Amino acid sequence: MPDSKSIFIKESTLTTADGDQRQFIRTALGGYYKNRDLYQARYRNWELARDAASLAKWSAVNNLADVLEKFVSKFESNGGKVHWARDAAEARQIILDLLAKANAKAVIKSKCMTTEEIHLNDALEKAGYGVVESDLGEFIQQLRGEAPYHFVFPCMHLKREAISDLFTKHLGTAATDSPEELTMIARRHLRKLYITADVGITGANFLVADTGQISITENEGNARLTAAMPRVHIALSGIEKVINTIDDLAVLLPMLATAGAGQPMTCYNTLYAGPKKPGERDGPEEFHLVLLDNARTQLLADPEQRDALHCIRCGACLNVCPIFKNIGGHAYGTTYQGPIGSVITPHLRGLKDWNHLSGASSLCGACTDACPVRIDLHHHLLQNRRNAAKVVPNLFDRVFHGTFNFVIQRPALFSLGGKVFRKTFGLLKHLPVPYLGTWLKSRDLPAIPQKSFREVWKDSKNV
Amino acid sequence: MSEARKEIMGRIREALKTPSPKPHLKGESSKVAGKAWLPEVGETQAETYTLLSDNLAKLKAHFHPVENLDQAISLVKDLAQKKNWKNIAYHKNELVTPVALAIDGNAWAVEDSFSKDELEAADVGMTSCVSIVAQFGAILVSSETSGGRGLSILPPVHVVIAKADQVVPDLAACFEQINVQFKGKMPSMLSFITGPSRTGDIERILVLGAHGPKELYLILVR
Amino acid sequence: MRVSLFIPCFVDQLTPQVGLAAAKVLKKLGQEVEFNSSQTCCGQPSYNSGQWEIAKEGAIRSLEVFKDAEVVVGPSGSCVAMMKKFYPELLHGTKYEAEAKRLSQRTFEFSDFIVSQLKITDIGATLNKKVTYHDGCHALRELRLKEEPRKLLRAVKGLELIETEESESCCGFGGLFSVKFPMISTAMVQVKAGALARTGADYVVSSDPSCLLQIGGWLSREGKVIRPLHIAELLAMGIDHA
Repeated sequence: MPDSKSIFIKESTLTTADGDQRQFIRTALGGYYKNRDLYQARYRNWELARDAASLAKWSAVNNLADVLEKFVSKFESNGGKVHWARDAAEARQIILDLLAKANAKAVIKSKCMTTEEIHLNDALEKAGYGVVESDLGEFIQQLRGEAPYHFVFPCMHLKREAISDLFTKHLGTAATDSPEELTMIARRHLRKLYITADVGITGANFLVADTGQISITENEGNARLTAAMPRVHIALSGIEKVINTIDDLAVLLPMLATAGAGQPMTCYNTLYAGPKKPGERDGPEEFHLVLLDNARTQLLADPEQRDALHCIRCGACLNVCPIFKNIGGHAYGTTYQGPIGSVITPHLRGLKDWNHLSGASSLCGACTDACPVRIDLHHHLLQNRRNAAKVVPNLFDRVFHGTFNFVIQRPALFSLGGKVFRKTFGLLKHLPVPYLGTWLKSRDLPAIPQKSFREVWKDSKNV
Repeated sequence: MSEARKEIMGRIREALKTPSPKPHLKGESSKVAGKAWLPEVGETQAETYTLLSDNLAKLKAHFHPVENLDQAISLVKDLAQKKNWKNIAYHKNELVTPVALAIDGNAWAVEDSFSKDELEAADVGMTSCVSIVAQFGAILVSSETSGGRGLSILPPVHVVIAKADQVVPDLAACFEQINVQFKGKMPSMLSFITGPSRTGDIERILVLGAHGPKELYLILVR
Repeated sequence: MRVSLFIPCFVDQLTPQVGLAAAKVLKKLGQEVEFNSSQTCCGQPSYNSGQWEIAKEGAIRSLEVFKDAEVVVGPSGSCVAMMKKFYPELLHGTKYEAEAKRLSQRTFEFSDFIVSQLKITDIGATLNKKVTYHDGCHALRELRLKEEPRKLLRAVKGLELIETEESESCCGFGGLFSVKFPMISTAMVQVKAGALARTGADYVVSSDPSCLLQIGGWLSREGKVIRPLHIAELLAMGIDHA
């Protein structure tokens, strides 16, 4: 079984060679940049808004024990039931048990990356449950048997023709090149599934501690339907999604929309406080929330990178990342892509197997500037590299840098080494010199100078 | 307390023994206390009203301010005829009931009978709302006061009848109001509806009516 | 002022003309320019590779090299960011931290030094050329420099500055990233340098010679007409043409 780093190298070599696809992604994002800038400009002070959002999440996460307990107590007093899952396997089992108890036949889902993280659909299908993804992008990816490409825009890599072919193949519909018609096909197909499903599974964007509500953000209305029509509503959420007060949503909901999708507000922002209350016309009879750890407490224990748990999963960092734009979401090979994924995956899935994600970055910092909650993303990538250097043996790096340091500690040796390099470059470029051959595969080097700066300076004393 | 809960809470407390520095802030912390950085809501009521109107237009929601309930009734009646709305699902409310019943078609209240299949067959869901947020053009509905959860999301058209004094300037004010109005007794669902349902999933191109209503009407009675 | 030049290791050995141009411009502006030849490298490659114990040794040596400098000026956003921003973090908790902070306060990137310290924007240069600007990521996002080089360029008589949407996009160098993940690095420079070439400008200018190595390397391989030029080189040329 090839390791995740080899898979990453293989995949990104393929995707970076596809110029057309990369251009398609850039075009798709062009519209987002325009809208994001437009709506960001409407804020009287976007930077202060980031401060407020950052503080709101910082104070919740850094008081997680108290805030989480307060939330759970309020949530349960609203009539919902909380279940605790230490890891993915436990979360899957809890949900399977709930489905069995509910005598469920059909399950409908709205978009939830946490369910991707625990590979829920696989487990449900193996247990014989029909699971349908209701979010358009997730529905399309489910038909393709492919993981989401981007955790906010799951099928942004697909051209409409591919989607039309997919629908023709799986749903028997006529070909069309209209995004509107394709959307209507999915809408018609999913209508009756909302009504016939026994269980609706959603995620949660925020867990509101002072009211005991969960908050779900979406555009399509499929999460609203998933939490309205079936008998049982199950929500899955990481423990870090807490906020102190409902008032925090006044800044978080608009920023999530603007940074994530270039919208002032997404279409539906819904707060759920419990199952159907007496006197209400409809709604689920049971409301379950599964709280997931799955190594989040490990990230929590790293005070340097704890702020990565502030993430509101807006996807802004993906949208600005030149790595993401060039290698595509699938090359990461894991649930959370882009800069945030590259920061947290080594913590959640192991430094040894995943630190290459933190290495595959030029540390440009566009992500850190884009993050609405001010996570220090690109510096965390560097910190992961430092942590990996300490615990993951890399003989080449140790020798290379040890040698480089040896030389730079001795100016005469440095000068001599440079001179030798310059004089023998003509020959060197044909030899398997580390890194040099790689560079020369796609780029030239400037004309090699006769004299170094220090030699010229010394010769002329004054320029 | 479950084993899992004990263990997770234990890990959390252990992890937080080392404090984390406060985030690097751009602004002075005193400024962060207010909410003055969010989008403008206008100084006067007229400005706020214009902002609401502009926002609804941008969202492609249909905005119909009227002088009184009679005007609302005749406006909706005309709309229904033009758009061939025959099957109207509504909830009993002093604003909604007269409007729904005036339509030349079959209007039925969710309080009287309710089945998901019946709701699916409806042409229109007609509701009141809790409040309207001018800052974003967002309409707040609740499962308790707007006829349940499905009425404002399942039918392909959503018509909201509201009073002008239900308009609040911004989200912060709306949450304050929620805290007062529903303190200790939250409805099981509160939902901000900002325009008709939409998606950008296909090539990031905007399409209306993904799963929720494709058309949204706000009739605002002075 | 007595300016101590900070000449990045690869500028010293591969693109010395950048350092010589910087010295020339600073002298024209009346500064006394010195070069301490015991300097070698700021240690950034090791830092970015996560080899922080090794990087610390390079940092400590730099503190020694520049300890008597009145002010340190370097024609490189990334190397100056290493000294100015990352040395104090790297040496945090060690006996060198205070000295690192002091060095940080008197270290400047070349265009930043001229504009914000000498308070000069017009150096009396003329150059009838079209240029486009590349914002190196360290200069832009670590040192927060954006207007400083542009103020200098706008004051050059006859110079036409063309901005692109891609001016702030990363060129894909990222130090050893460029050779550890070459397929990604090349894809990034393709997008970046492609956009720069399409401006029809004569030169792409930057305050970062490492970015220019990457951008220039691709432009040359692809046979593009537009050439890389460091801002110090441009200003030095402009002084000659005045």
